Amino acid sequence: MLQAIFIVLSVITLGGAVAVVTNKNVFHSALFLVVVLVGVAGLYLLLEAPFIAMVQVLIYVGAISTLIIFAIMLTRRLMNTHQRQRNEQWLLSATVCLGLLLVLVVLITQAHWPVVQANVSEGSLPRLGQDLMERYVLPLEVAAVLLLAALIGAIVIARERMP
Amino acid sequence: MAFVSDLFVNSWNWIAVQLARFLPPWAAELVMMFAGVVVLIAFLLFMVMLLTLLERKVVARIADRIGPNRVGPFGILQPLADTLKLIIKENTEPAQADHWVFRLAPAVAVTAALMPYAVIPLGRGMVGTDINVGVLYVVSISSLTVIAILMAGWGGCNKYSLLGGMRAVAQMFSFEVPLALCLASVVLLTGSLSLVSITEAQRELWLVLVQPVGFLLYLLCGIAEANRSPFDIPEAESELVAGYHTEYSGVRFAFFFMAEYINMFTVSAMATIMFLGGWRGPFVDQLPVLSVVYFLLKVHFLVFLMFWFRATFPRLRIDQLLSLSWKVLLPIALANLMLTALADKVAHRAGLSRMASAGLLLGSNLVLAGVAIATLYLVYERRRAPSLSRRYEIHWH
Repeated sequence: MLQAIFIVLSVITLGGAVAVVTNKNVFHSALFLVVVLVGVAGLYLLLEAPFIAMVQVLIYVGAISTLIIFAIMLTRRLMNTHQRQRNEQWLLSATVCLGLLLVLVVLITQAHWPVVQANVSEGSLPRLGQDLMERYVLPLEVAAVLLLAALIGAIVIARERMP
Repeated sequence: MAFVSDLFVNSWNWIAVQLARFLPPWAAELVMMFAGVVVLIAFLLFMVMLLTLLERKVVARIADRIGPNRVGPFGILQPLADTLKLIIKENTEPAQADHWVFRLAPAVAVTAALMPYAVIPLGRGMVGTDINVGVLYVVSISSLTVIAILMAGWGGCNKYSLLGGMRAVAQMFSFEVPLALCLASVVLLTGSLSLVSITEAQRELWLVLVQPVGFLLYLLCGIAEANRSPFDIPEAESELVAGYHTEYSGVRFAFFFMAEYINMFTVSAMATIMFLGGWRGPFVDQLPVLSVVYFLLKVHFLVFLMFWFRATFPRLRIDQLLSLSWKVLLPIALANLMLTALADKVAHRAGLSRMASAGLLLGSNLVLAGVAIATLYLVYERRRAPSLSRRYEIHWH
């Protein structure tokens, strides 16, 4: 049963990913990206990580994809144009991507994965919160400062010049 | 009597037992799952029909009219006639439309609107599935609604649709932040993200009594999230024809209509669960069937408030709407969250009794409300245009 769900989710995710990079209409690509991200959230659910799955939907579908679509609608008139999806550098980037895939496959198959027998999903959420606030508070704050810097940068770029 | 006292849950279990007699366990479970989905959707569709009639009646009464009164006694069959009309209408589609996106958008909107009901407890023991991240689930699903609106706005190949879609995104983005912060302070107090546990945690005290500011903020943001008047700028008739669903007709339009009403019901249901104790009420432990009644009464009270708002307040302009969200609601919601966390911690450290800590929380909330109102008064009093009476005085002299 889990196997079947996993296969369905993988097909949805990978099929969506292929559609994202091959589609000629940028708006459709963005919509397929939503499908991919929801599929990944499904995979998280399958791994009994509901919190991560919900955050995935909230951040990636709710915020990032919507912003991408919004930006597409704002910047260009793409109603019926057919964009080329690649430029002269496609060979280079394909090589880099294949190399990355190779490294990841080697790492994942070679790595020693410790397996915990206990039920992880019970009470993992309060634990996550506590760890973020105590043990990993510095990385968390660094990430927050990074986001703040991005925010201020965006405002500086977007605001009107003083006469 | 014991059967009737918990009618819905008991009959549900009885059907499950009967099914298990002649079906293998997995098949019985599957059938019951599908039956649950069908029952939920049927219930929600019935609610949508009821709400459309109620809205027209309430708004008519407030405007000193009678409202629908032709179809059936007191017009109660009006929703049926409306539904029939929408179903038999032609499905028009612009020639230039992005056809698949155009056709998919209504389905996505309704799906996103229905999904929260998987985790919302409608009564004692009446919940699809009790997941331990329920609040987060409901908040994240509401972001799918934004995608549906964007798809509709884009697919129609119409300037007004596109503008409506963009407005919807700006609005829903801005109001989701204070909304999530209000929910976060509730989660902080109850210590759980599961909607069932949050209802249970309000056994003694409804959270609206310790979080009045949070409740009001949630209600405001919720109305904006559901695109209801006075925050209905994505479909402002006077500016944008009909906003993102300008190009839709027939059943596809009906889908958007349904999605909007279900979203309104969801916002009210969430406010009920988070702040008004969900299905809790007197004698619920003795007579569990009452829980559904209490829940629906509370939800319909909030829905009535929304109708009342619609009949009373004029629509905001988009810049007013966004500055309301970012400059007023967001700071108050942030301050509310921090103050709630502080008061809760102090109450824990001092070892106060439940009543005393509730009093402390309520006190800090009221202080926040006072400070917020005073600040708003000081800031906006200076900018306010001279009042009408003052202007007329000039003419009278």
